[in-house]
Amino acid sequence: MQSALFDYTLRLGDTSLIIGHRLSEWCGHGPVLEQDIALINIALDLVGQAKSFLEYAGEVEGKERDADTLAYRRLEREFRNVLLSEQPNEDFAFTIVRQFLFDAFQYPFYQRLTQSKDAQIAAIAEKSLKEVTYHLRFSSEWMIRLGDGTAESKAKMQTALNELWMFTGELFEMNETDEMLIKEGIAVDLNEIKPLWEQRVSSILEEATLTQPTTTWMQSGGKKGIHTEYLGYILAEMQYLPRAYPDAKW
Amino acid sequence: MSKKNWPLWEVFIRSKQGLSHKHAGSLHAADEKMAIENARDVYTRRMEGVSIWVVESKHIHASNPLEQGELFEPANDKVYRHPTFYDIPDEIGHM
Amino acid sequence: MANLTKEELFQAKIDAEIKIEPKDWMPEAYRKTLIRQISQHAHSEIIGMLPEGNWISRAPSLRRKVALLAKVQDEAGHGLYLYSAAETLGVDRADLMNDLVTGKAKYSSIFNYPTLTWADMGAIGWLVDGAAIMNQVPLCRCSYGPYARAMVRVCKEESFHQRQGYEIMMTLSNGTPEQKAMAQDALNRWWWPSIMMFGPSDADSSHSAQSMAWKIKRFSNDELRQRFVDATVSQAEYLGLTLPDKDLKWNEERGSYDFGAIDWDEFWNVVKGNGPCNRQRIKARQKAEENGKWVKEAAMAYAEKRRKRQQKIKTQEAAKAA
Ligand SMILES: [Fe+2]
Ligand SMILES: [Fe+2]
Repeated sequence: MQSALFDYTLRLGDTSLIIGHRLSEWCGHGPVLEQDIALINIALDLVGQAKSFLEYAGEVEGKERDADTLAYRRLEREFRNVLLSEQPNEDFAFTIVRQFLFDAFQYPFYQRLTQSKDAQIAAIAEKSLKEVTYHLRFSSEWMIRLGDGTAESKAKMQTALNELWMFTGELFEMNETDEMLIKEGIAVDLNEIKPLWEQRVSSILEEATLTQPTTTWMQSGGKKGIHTEYLGYILAEMQYLPRAYPDAKW
Repeated sequence: MSKKNWPLWEVFIRSKQGLSHKHAGSLHAADEKMAIENARDVYTRRMEGVSIWVVESKHIHASNPLEQGELFEPANDKVYRHPTFYDIPDEIGHM
Repeated sequence: MANLTKEELFQAKIDAEIKIEPKDWMPEAYRKTLIRQISQHAHSEIIGMLPEGNWISRAPSLRRKVALLAKVQDEAGHGLYLYSAAETLGVDRADLMNDLVTGKAKYSSIFNYPTLTWADMGAIGWLVDGAAIMNQVPLCRCSYGPYARAMVRVCKEESFHQRQGYEIMMTLSNGTPEQKAMAQDALNRWWWPSIMMFGPSDADSSHSAQSMAWKIKRFSNDELRQRFVDATVSQAEYLGLTLPDKDLKWNEERGSYDFGAIDWDEFWNVVKGNGPCNRQRIKARQKAEENGKWVKEAAMAYAEKRRKRQQKIKTQEAAKAA
């Protein structure tokens, strides 16, 4: 049970951390000053969520690893984030589509997670839900704006959607960790989230005049630590200092 | 202004329940929804607000500073609008 | 009062510490000076995001990561407040931005130096934000209302920036020998550019006298520089670090520190575009502007469509009602 709970909290923490890290790469390079600030607000929320989950993961594990040790001293294969979160920013269209597909999942997911029997997880979910509600509003509006904007923006959005679609299946994938924790009333049954996600996505895509991809072949692996090539580079950059100076405190 | 540029909006923020909205600054946004969100992201990062108004700057009509005299100075000598204009003996107490 | 000229009335207002507001009459030169100064200031905030942004992905702990991210985000906010203040003078942000990316506009030269190690995040917060605060606090009383109000907001937010930087320096100075060396190295590289931030010496400063009379400026470059040096010496001592100036010593008579000669040759060269990162910084801004174009256009196109749709619904409803 403890190891399942550890795995689960890592998954939540890592996913928020990696997508937050990706968003933070926009800082100073945003398409408009106002949107630069907005993306960083979301990044800050997500890194904050990551910190809470990883802190708790460390407690659950009981080996005196804190959030920083978990974030900065694990290797690629030990990260449990979903593949969607590590996909590169590319352009504002990719970033918005990635964020929307993710927010549309996080929102109903956190709603359920507030009911978790694990008080700590429920509390983090409660706080995060408010943040995620805003993220979803922000990314949904931008989906519509850019999808139904100009021919150019629509094409960019459709490309991003087509390319990212194969990473959405993994959001609902469950393994032994989920099975065990669902029985305990701790984890969320992702089968219940899927229709909510589908509903939201199809209604926003419709308003955005975008076409839902028909490919059904989905990538998978993140939850087992098998990632795309991108994660290695994220970690190489992120973990460089603590690894170069293993004894230093920062 | 070219069509490509987002218009300017003025942002008013109520810092807490019971106070009136106060001008906080301005920003650019394509529409009112975006203006409110941008205002939230730009002007309330440190819990500065509980409510936001946005008004497209071009809709604000201002009094002309050259008319400052005729608009506001006539109020200067209407001292009878202020409580201190009236003599009430001290023993009456606060009124 | 009646036979005073417009200019004399304007100066009388300034002398009486009455703020000038956007639609008030003002001399053309006052407006131009303000546009130049405020937009340069705004550009500095925006360009200033880049050297520190360079380390966000490599911040060594989650706490440092969010602090740095929030700090650099604040600078974006400062840029935005300042562009807004400039816009009250009748210029457009898009045009100002265009001046920046085409190299027509200036910004603070310090951001043309590279950030080479994590300690640079400490040194910048401590020294560069420290110098900026020294410059900005008097601007809160600037004669132009919108600029003064923007600066009040900026100064309020700045206070955590310097502390954030100094805390990094403290941690490094108390850390391993390598960390301490890293901190000293950063101080060595950032000290002189920091004191150059106050601009040329009063004797060579072209706009100073008029700006003082207009109360756009309250203290001279050299006065502010001296204050900064005086405030920083003991902070460096506390860290156990050495300021890289062998001529630095307390002057009992003046009640201030004397310091060595500034290399103005280097200063002017960096201003003119020969700093290590001038081109890199401008390119980054050009790229952001270029990548932002389609986003701006799309949002405008969508806003227009939505407005038309709403109008159509309204006319239909009105027709039904009739
Ligand atoms: Fe700033
Ligand atoms: Fe700052």
